[in-house]
Amino acid sequence: MKLTINGEKKEVASESMTVTELLANQGVEMPDMVSVQINGDFLERETFDSRAVRDGDEIDFLYFMGGGSRE
Amino acid sequence: MIDFTQSQLERYSRHILLNSVGVEGQLKLMNSRVLIIGAGGLGAPAAMYCAAAGIGTIGIVDADAVEVSNLQRQIIHFTEDIGSLKVTSAREKIEAINPDVTVEPVRAFVKASNIEGIIDGYDFVIDGTDNFATKFLINDACVMKRIPYSHGGILRFNGQTMTVLPKESACYRCVFHKPPPENMIPTCSEAGVLGAVAGMLGTIQAAEALKYITGAGEVLADALLTFDALPMNFRKVKLQKNPKCAVCSEHPVITELIDEQQIVCDLKK
Repeated sequence: MKLTINGEKKEVASESMTVTELLANQGVEMPDMVSVQINGDFLERETFDSRAVRDGDEIDFLYFMGGGSRE
Repeated sequence: MIDFTQSQLERYSRHILLNSVGVEGQLKLMNSRVLIIGAGGLGAPAAMYCAAAGIGTIGIVDADAVEVSNLQRQIIHFTEDIGSLKVTSAREKIEAINPDVTVEPVRAFVKASNIEGIIDGYDFVIDGTDNFATKFLINDACVMKRIPYSHGGILRFNGQTMTVLPKESACYRCVFHKPPPENMIPTCSEAGVLGAVAGMLGTIQAAEALKYITGAGEVLADALLTFDALPMNFRKVKLQKNPKCAVCSEHPVITELIDEQQIVCDLKK
């Protein structure tokens, strides 16, 4: 199926995939450090294992980022 | 209305020339109060541009002293400041850049018990902190007190920022529901960051503060700007308020400020 991931068009071999599987498929090593938005909606982390991605979905992986002062 | 001195007219002439700032916008800046939490990699450039812009009052919060390893990116602190309090060092530079600015240094780490008192009375807050506990705390406190703020995060060659207009636009907790689990973060501190990346991000945060106060353009609300300085790619991800957000939704679960576990970021892609 064809997906748009972080603004880039991508083709994944499988026709059916959960968000957890997609994260693995895309080489995301630390899914706990990623927030996922599909077609503008944020997913609850608990649904990563059950939520299926569909052909044409626009998916954003948003990473936790620290930085700045130790304050 | 126009009560600039000749020297101020000259100092701020490049702002006054801008159609969307002008004399009125400059007066707004001079009457405004901006709080910068963290006088580090993000807070340093943010404080210097706010000072140069003539923000009336700049609050700066930090409990640390300057260390030699800070100097690679925290450009408000100089070699001779090693060992001095960051708020003292920052205050000296802000006053040297622009004596018109009133500096309110706060030697403290923000926590659930003191943050409301610290942010009270400011028009805009800049988050220049590095740990998720404090980032969530600043978000929650600003949402509850309805103070707009700029979130900023940097790591290695990457940066991200969003401006939160409480109750109007998506907040940090809409996107990142809670801090990442501690056991997922193998090494906490030494991830590294390119100094200029901190400058880029902190400068964007200062620009957001100046835009918010003057009303110029549109602030980075309902969007997360991310960049990767290696290919120098910028990307703006559209966001919308999360109707289930624990803090800014209609029925918030979080109604009191809490200290989340202190975790400093390391991110492995």
